Amino acid sequence: MNNSIGYPEKQGLYDPAFEKDNCGVGFVANIRGEKTNGIVKKGLKVLVNLTHRGAVGADPKTGDGAGILVQIPDEFFRISCDNLGLELPRTGKYAVGMIFLPKEPALRFQCEGIIERIAEEEGQKILGWRSVPTDNRNIGDTAKGTEPIIRQLFIGSTFKDVDLTDDELQEEFERRLYVIRKRSEKEVVKLVDRNTEYFYICSLSSRTIVYKGLLLAEQIKGFYVDLQDINFKSALCLVHQRYSTNTFPTWDLAQPFRYLAHNGEINTIRGNRNWMNAREGVLKSKVYGENLKKLFPIISPNGSDSASLDNILELLKMDGRSLPHSMMMLIPEVWMTNDGMEDYKKAFYEYHGSLIEPWDGPAVVAFTDGIRIGATLDRNGLRPARYVITKDGFVVLASEAGVLQFKPEDIEKKGKLQPGKMFLIDTNEGRIITDEEVKKKICTDKPYGEMISKNKLYLDDFDAVIDEVKIDKYILKERQQAFGYTLEDLKIILAPMAKDGKEPIGSMGNDTPLAVLSNEPQLLFAYFKQLFAQVTNPPIDPIREKMVMSLMNYLGSQDNVLNQDLNDNPFIEINRPILTNLELAKIKNLKDNAFKTTTIPITFKADTGIEGFKDALDKLCARTSARIKEGYNIIVLSDKSVDSYDAAIPSLLALSAVQQHLTREKTRTSVSIIVETGEARETMHFALLIGYGATGVNPYLALKSIDNIISEGDIENISVEKAHENYINAISQGLLKILSKMGISTIQSYHGAQIFDAVGLSSDLLEKHFGGTPSRIGGIGLDTIAKEVLIRHKNAFNKLRKPIAELEVGGKYSWRKDGEYHLFNPDTIFKLQVAARTNDYKLYKEYSKIINDQDKHLCTIRGLFELNYGNEIPLEKVEPISEIVKRFCSGAMSYGSISKEAHETMAIAMNRLGGKSNTGEGGEDAERFKVDENGDLRRSAIKQIASARFGVTTEYLVNADELQIKIAQGAKPGEGGQLPGKKVNSTIARLRHSTPGIDLISPPPHHDIYSIEDLAQLIHDLKSVNPRARISTKLVSELGVGTIAAGVVKAHSDAIVISGHDGGTGASPLSSIKHAGLPWELGLAETQQVLLLNNLRSRVTVQTDGQLKTGRDVVIAALLGAEEFGFATTGLVVLGCTMLRNCHLNTCDMGIATQDPELRKNFKGKPEYVVNFFTFIAMEIREHMAKLGFRTMNEMVGRVDKISQKKAIEHWKAKDLDLSNILYKPDMPKRIKRYCVIAQDHGLDNSLDFKLIEMAKTSLEEGKRSTSNLEIENVNRSVGAMLSGRIAMKYGAAGLPDDTITINFVGAAGQSFGAFGANGLTLKLVGDANDYVGKGLSGAKIIVKTPENCTFKQDENFIAGNTILYGATSGKLFINGLVGERFAVRNSGAQAVVEGIGDHGCEYMTGGIVVIIGRTGRNFAAGMSGGIAYVIDEDGTLKSRCNMEMIEVESVTSEPDSLELYSIIKEHFETTNSHKAAKILDNWDKYKLKFKKVIPTAYKAILEGK
Amino acid sequence: MGKLDGFREFKRETAKKRLVKDRIKDSKELFVKFPVEKLRKQGARCMECGVPFCNWGCPLGNLIPDWNDMVYKEKWEKAYNRLTLTNNFPEFTGRICPAPCEGSCTLGVNRDPVAIKEIELNIIEKAFEQGWTKPVAPKVRTGKKVAVVGSGPAGLAAAAELNSVGHDVTVFERDDEIGGLLRYGIPDFKLGKDIVERRVNFMASEGVKFKTNVNVGVNYSAKSLLSDFDAVALTGGSTIPRDLKVEGRTLKGVHFAMDYLKQQNRRVSGKEVEVEEINAKDKVVLVLGGGDTGSDCIGTAIRQGAKSVYQYEIMPKPPVDRDDTMPWPSYPRTLKTTTSHEEGCNRDWNVTTRKFTGEDGSVNTLHGSKVEWKSNEKGGQQMVEIPGSEFELKVDLVILAMGFLHPQHEGLLLDLGLDFDNRGNVIVDDNSMTKLKGVFAAGDMKRGQSLVVWAICEGRSVTKNIDKYLMGETSLRG
Repeated sequence: MNNSIGYPEKQGLYDPAFEKDNCGVGFVANIRGEKTNGIVKKGLKVLVNLTHRGAVGADPKTGDGAGILVQIPDEFFRISCDNLGLELPRTGKYAVGMIFLPKEPALRFQCEGIIERIAEEEGQKILGWRSVPTDNRNIGDTAKGTEPIIRQLFIGSTFKDVDLTDDELQEEFERRLYVIRKRSEKEVVKLVDRNTEYFYICSLSSRTIVYKGLLLAEQIKGFYVDLQDINFKSALCLVHQRYSTNTFPTWDLAQPFRYLAHNGEINTIRGNRNWMNAREGVLKSKVYGENLKKLFPIISPNGSDSASLDNILELLKMDGRSLPHSMMMLIPEVWMTNDGMEDYKKAFYEYHGSLIEPWDGPAVVAFTDGIRIGATLDRNGLRPARYVITKDGFVVLASEAGVLQFKPEDIEKKGKLQPGKMFLIDTNEGRIITDEEVKKKICTDKPYGEMISKNKLYLDDFDAVIDEVKIDKYILKERQQAFGYTLEDLKIILAPMAKDGKEPIGSMGNDTPLAVLSNEPQLLFAYFKQLFAQVTNPPIDPIREKMVMSLMNYLGSQDNVLNQDLNDNPFIEINRPILTNLELAKIKNLKDNAFKTTTIPITFKADTGIEGFKDALDKLCARTSARIKEGYNIIVLSDKSVDSYDAAIPSLLALSAVQQHLTREKTRTSVSIIVETGEARETMHFALLIGYGATGVNPYLALKSIDNIISEGDIENISVEKAHENYINAISQGLLKILSKMGISTIQSYHGAQIFDAVGLSSDLLEKHFGGTPSRIGGIGLDTIAKEVLIRHKNAFNKLRKPIAELEVGGKYSWRKDGEYHLFNPDTIFKLQVAARTNDYKLYKEYSKIINDQDKHLCTIRGLFELNYGNEIPLEKVEPISEIVKRFCSGAMSYGSISKEAHETMAIAMNRLGGKSNTGEGGEDAERFKVDENGDLRRSAIKQIASARFGVTTEYLVNADELQIKIAQGAKPGEGGQLPGKKVNSTIARLRHSTPGIDLISPPPHHDIYSIEDLAQLIHDLKSVNPRARISTKLVSELGVGTIAAGVVKAHSDAIVISGHDGGTGASPLSSIKHAGLPWELGLAETQQVLLLNNLRSRVTVQTDGQLKTGRDVVIAALLGAEEFGFATTGLVVLGCTMLRNCHLNTCDMGIATQDPELRKNFKGKPEYVVNFFTFIAMEIREHMAKLGFRTMNEMVGRVDKISQKKAIEHWKAKDLDLSNILYKPDMPKRIKRYCVIAQDHGLDNSLDFKLIEMAKTSLEEGKRSTSNLEIENVNRSVGAMLSGRIAMKYGAAGLPDDTITINFVGAAGQSFGAFGANGLTLKLVGDANDYVGKGLSGAKIIVKTPENCTFKQDENFIAGNTILYGATSGKLFINGLVGERFAVRNSGAQAVVEGIGDHGCEYMTGGIVVIIGRTGRNFAAGMSGGIAYVIDEDGTLKSRCNMEMIEVESVTSEPDSLELYSIIKEHFETTNSHKAAKILDNWDKYKLKFKKVIPTAYKAILEGK
Repeated sequence: MGKLDGFREFKRETAKKRLVKDRIKDSKELFVKFPVEKLRKQGARCMECGVPFCNWGCPLGNLIPDWNDMVYKEKWEKAYNRLTLTNNFPEFTGRICPAPCEGSCTLGVNRDPVAIKEIELNIIEKAFEQGWTKPVAPKVRTGKKVAVVGSGPAGLAAAAELNSVGHDVTVFERDDEIGGLLRYGIPDFKLGKDIVERRVNFMASEGVKFKTNVNVGVNYSAKSLLSDFDAVALTGGSTIPRDLKVEGRTLKGVHFAMDYLKQQNRRVSGKEVEVEEINAKDKVVLVLGGGDTGSDCIGTAIRQGAKSVYQYEIMPKPPVDRDDTMPWPSYPRTLKTTTSHEEGCNRDWNVTTRKFTGEDGSVNTLHGSKVEWKSNEKGGQQMVEIPGSEFELKVDLVILAMGFLHPQHEGLLLDLGLDFDNRGNVIVDDNSMTKLKGVFAAGDMKRGQSLVVWAICEGRSVTKNIDKYLMGETSLRG
């Protein structure tokens, strides 16, 4: 339970624990430490200029929180306190506590009393209190409602020691203040009986103070009267503007915290907190000694991820490490795969890596201790941070450029923080310390390298022999049966992995029952679902960006993280968590002083039954504790002893029970746990074992099964060793994928981080044994788990009567008569197809009855519901079919994944109905925008914008009624995709702006959505291009999706799609189809509840999809809160799909999921069938509506009171479920509407483009040339987008002739400058630009130019941000300065010149020409399958920074190439007056040789006609 | 998936038949062996569908895609193991099953289905040939005695399954040979009797006891049966033929198909025919009824040397291709031209029999008329005679092959006092148990006349219930 001020209680599916926040962050500082009021003013100005990075909720005057951190304004306090009659000692000798207190006087007095007492108990002197003057007239109602009393406490230092310097004494004082604060927090919770959430210490320090609150940026200054005082002075000012995903922001969670402000999200937070709690058992501090315990718990229980990071940073800092040192431990750079990194740095990271796992996730962290101020960026560089240093010693760093205006001639340097780098100012030393210098000093402070070379061991350093017992295939079969192996496991999972070293791929969605609803016993693994990143946080591409990923972890006891003496203990590094038999044998053999391994069986006597099972679990925990006391530090949990007497405890349960037990005991960090199990075989199984605490897993039975597959000849021409290696590689890649979809880079951080939720397990079980993994609908406990084990065990070992010849068939992946149930089975497919073809409603009802009545075959959550009929009305009173069908959409299926015939038939049908079809990710042929002769329209109303932006041109965008941003897809949320070159025919290539035959890769994230404020920006871009279109955001149901949805509404999405986990796919790893995401019932209900609680529901239309098949499904969805409904798979079945599930093979014999011209001829679908089907659905809906008494669909939306859980569910597992959380309806006043009634305010009114359109009027209307001049600021976003939309509307893809409209800007452009710029538009900017310049460029020319009067060198300064030219299809871009990360990602046709770029340049590029006349960052050209980059390579190191997997790097030798390059650079010079270009052109013969041509191998072959 | 593009690369192909002129001279099987290479190509055609409709179409749930692939990859022994997981007697179904699996094969949507039946037959024959079909006696005997009454495919399947889990099984057959319809119903040219004997001997060597010439209820009392056994499976089939109640039915030369076929089967086996001989030699033969039994009669008559053969069916002529009344994947009730039809036969549809007339008590003329079928208001079809369409046909022998009504009630079933449904079949509960504890029924006796594959399926599934009844649990798959 979260104790923050203002959060609602946990209720229904809402849990405050899911709150997420992203933000704008920045600081200003005077390098020389000169304190002025001007710094504070500038800080506040930065804050105001970052306003668009924050958000407002339903109450427009309540922000999500903002604040500033400054040095103690001694002068100001001295005067203020003097007025109060309060005498302050000299500066540094007193501390100020900024404290939020309850309004109720008695409670407040008690809180004040507690902290006073503790301060005195800690030997310090209470000087007095000051009420902080505030003015709440302008703050929002929500903020006012939760506003605390804010008071400052002055504490005097009593430290005196002649041997110590003033600084040292102040440090002692700070350390004691930390104790006072921690103790006070704890005691208030303990002693005060209510409203303790109103007690919060923002800061308590003799150096710094935090002013913050539930305020908008612009309100801070007015609210805190202090800040307006001219005596309020500081040399530094750290600011933060919060954007939380929901509107339950709170006073205390506003930032900055005591040491930092964070823009980002810590994905591994659960693990980091757990490990930190576990670590408390071994913490020893030289500084604090016995007092250390007073600081526990180190991580305050109610904080956000950022608050927790602040907690640990504070501990490390107070214990004596410097802030930069501590930051480097917590957010390390990429070091393992970084060949260019100095050895001393690698040693530092490796040494500290063995002490603490990274806190992983996107992050800009700005930090200060009051003397030094700095910022650091995560290893991926997933948050922007730009800075300016002026010649008079002033620095501003912020999420955006242009937050403060400077004269060009005053600027010393413009820079940006690069991935993993640190920027630091020491105001005592009065200088900026470079990343290199600060880190070198820290890294060489102690001989970390020596320690590493002495103590780091590998398994290769040890010997062992495998004590393998040969077992015959019948015994093997027994074991397989005991662990629930099926024929499918062998054929579909193990064999392909062993053969090809890759995870198996499948297609179509999952329509089998949830584990808890299956009639068959399930492995415990099956009850868990993977979490994944969406919106607030990007998934990573583990293939193209594997440089940031790592599977390395350490074995052995983890040392005291606080011990500042060097830890001189050996540790073993393992490079991946899947252990071969030999590796495990080596580990089991460890018996020396440093490593002692013990193996503990995880079995129980089968004949002792359920009670025996529970006993064994308890004993297991006790045994582990005993072993640890005996000095063992590696524990192998093994089920290898399974036989007819001993049955296996599910390995995940055994492991997690031990993990939780040891964490509670605080001994967990003294041991490593290895699991030796016959159970694990799929990627998901390993992910779970590692995610719940295993360092390594040995899948002995999977390996043995592979041996048998080989010996039976089912895979051929492969050695056992190679097959094992393949299998382990496949699993390893799969693990990377699972990590990356959550945005996590290292297994060390994933280890124990519990990135899962459970469906169908009881909360008692999860609380006790799974560290509080959330479960929303309850479910089975230990008894049923034991029962499932015993069924399998008996099946395996009860062999006297008829030995079972074969394993069970399975039927999870393919339907089988005796296998697992599928909703789409021959009966339902058959009936549905015939009904739709022959317009036979009666037959349709037979079909829907099979789907709806799940009494014999439970499959879905909705199958457990019943409708509460009553107040029946006549059918004719219900709104007509024609109204209902408008709410139907067909699923997003790209032309590419399905054939032209299927795609267009679907579009025609939806247009006939008045519903909406969806382009999917693949563009749409412009010929479809016109009405056909027979009146049919083949245009899709919904145009999808997916991560690869294939076919997303300005013309495409303006030809849409709805623009859908696909954040995730049910079948593989958090993953990208790849359309193999052989499927890319000329039409597909044309629509996707690529070349036939080259691979088309979709990245896992949208590279312009790394955070919620980024999504807001993309929505703003799209709305600007096409203001008539509704913008929708497609999310996938998962734990906390309601919170994300709230953020999306605040980002001004007009609609939200909540997709179920079971949605279809053309190709996806089976482990993703089966194990990621949740059913839509959960996500939709959560979304509805959270949006209602926030009063955001009325601003957005909610749609749901995922295996919707019948009218009843729609009714349930509507009652749970959906207004619109998507159908994909079912529509395809209507058009002839028989679920071959071969979509990924291009062999669809029904002519649907294929591009083969011959097979396409087999397509037999007709629009009528689809029309019939949707009419049937509407008819069925109307029947239910009449019985429920609803006349309109709107009346029905959100009426969960009309659903109840079926009584008397006899099912052995489902009977334990409790669906009341799904059916929860928050008590809200009637005026808070359950469905969309209010249009979003997109704030387009202030758009600069209205001015541009006005100025370009004659050009737009008559094609005349025009030129205009304008000033621009960073708050002017998406400039040019709306104008371009107008051009595309009128002139189509061709646009206007080049340079028809020229606009000259001066200043700093906001984000998305020139986004979707159309042909004929030329935008010239003198100044600088932020992120996403030229996003989706569609023919326009963009020039960003350094001012002529600046004194810094053009090619050494950053003048534009990250992710420039993302998804551009044509046009030109010239920038005469440096730009950030991910330049020209997914460019498919634009031409560009820049003078230097950050990491990941030209990633996934498929076309166009990029010229870089300066330095490029790392991982250049990763996944680049088309286009050309000419890159200057002055020091000959380019190749080492390229990702060489798809490309070649060659000299520019051919004359045409050379001419082309010369003319492009010439154009750059002419448009920007680039000094570097001039130099190159002047010395062309010399420079020509320095250029390298980067070209994809396959693309080159195609160009050369091979 | 055998081969990714196999379904496009290869055409459907099945085994060749012997030439008509040769085959009508004997009673041996019609088909020549299908070459392995061709068979593999058929396996390669399988698309291994995510939803294999063949597996659904097959009453036994044969794991067809699995063994199609194995045959393609020449994993014959594995294929045999996978096949016999669901089917006790592939050598029967591989020969005489009308293959509903092929009717629902997904390839059938756009092309010709995989030659599933051909593959099935070859797998089992290869297994016999290679000696993989070793008899396996159960490891332990339960000491429970089970009687199976009726030795047709249902009874045999039940016996095999029950024996495999250790029960002491005795099969009772009232005829002199084991096999029911397999033995005396189906002509040798479709199913050689050596094939039936091979299986019976195999089962006997696994420990199943066979008692022929025991007509329970007649020469062995129902009471003894109940007291001698712990459980009883009634699998006596649906044996009462549908009769034609018209004038002249009792004339000599009008016979039930089963009487006719049984004689011939005995003859082919070299056994004496103890009743009045029915022989088509030099006769004009008319078969009434257009089903498989009718076809068997045609083939038999031709082999006996009939002068000419006619076959009349009361229902309309089915379409050559699927139409909307039988959409894929339902069973395609299209026009079937059986091997017997190929051997020479005049067929007509929409024919009803008004009466027979004859001379000297022997039939010599059929008086028929044409009918048409009209939909009635209840949604059903109603037959209407076409006025003026009356005709006559000179015939010497009339065989009635119009199906079966229900099991024989007299004797055992009535002695046991069992209940019958409105079609005359034995009523059982959800566990296939009749009103008598421990007495189960399965096969045509329970579900009415059907296919051999259904009989095997029934025989298998009843054993799950019997085993559970006897032991409290079961490992049988059913």
